[in-house]
Amino acid sequence: MQPEVLLVEDNPGDVRLTREAFRESEVTARLHVVTDGLEAVRFLKHEGAYAAAPRPDLILLDLNLPRLDGREVLGRIKLDADLKSIPTVVLTTSSAEVDIAKSYELQANCCLVKPSAFQALVCLVRSLDELWLKNARPLHRAGG
Amino acid sequence: MALQVLLVEDSPGDVRLTREAFRDTNLAVDLHVAMDGIEAMAFLRREGEHKAAPRPDIILLDLNLPRMDGREVLAHIKEDPSLKMIPTVILTTSDAEADIVKSYQLQANCYLSKPVQLDAFESLVRSINEFWMTRVKLPQRESAAVASPVGGKP
Repeated sequence: MQPEVLLVEDNPGDVRLTREAFRESEVTARLHVVTDGLEAVRFLKHEGAYAAAPRPDLILLDLNLPRLDGREVLGRIKLDADLKSIPTVVLTTSSAEVDIAKSYELQANCCLVKPSAFQALVCLVRSLDELWLKNARPLHRAGG
Repeated sequence: MALQVLLVEDSPGDVRLTREAFRDTNLAVDLHVAMDGIEAMAFLRREGEHKAAPRPDIILLDLNLPRMDGREVLAHIKEDPSLKMIPTVILTTSDAEADIVKSYQLQANCYLSKPVQLDAFESLVRSINEFWMTRVKLPQRESAAVASPVGGKP
């Protein structure tokens, strides 16, 4: 069974690049994309169109999102008894200390700066796969 | 300043392996070791002989520790406003579901099971190094030392 990764990203260019990076990296994860914070919450809560959405094994979260800001999404994830255990990695374009500090304060599992070069993004995807999808517990559901 | 890593680990063998695995990488890492939970908290709170201890950039924490259990250490870290932002990676032999669930409940940043085989263990430490020490943007260490509270908590 494939690991499920939820990408929360509003920039269409970044979405496309990330999809391509996942393909290029050959990681086995299935990538789901939502493009604003409200959709992210709906996906995670299996609301409406997302009634059958899988529980992600990893969330990649941009901070600057329309409709519901990424910081708010992060806060909700980490305060929810059911969702807080899902590894949530903040992907930020800036290395602004205030954003990084805020993310850790909100209990992000970690923060990464989005690389601009494609190959660097591919390497990042592989690194995420290695640590979070292959090594970290809980592992994605095995069998079936 | 080199990356400050606090390893909380009671097995001397695992301490040595971890030290060697970090030495093999090119990164400048200062590895500090606490061999039980009480010492870990004293280091983090800069108490007693640890008055001049640097604040770690990251903590690698075993769960099964003498004197104060790693689960309790994790709880103390994540309850303390001055410590909770330090990424805390559980690195333990326990693969028990209950431990995994509890650790995430307590807001551990990551949970990793220590493999028994040597090369798998070394490979894991390399992965930790590659991801946590080189890629992750860690929270900025405070620039000035902060005095720990008087009459320290247990």
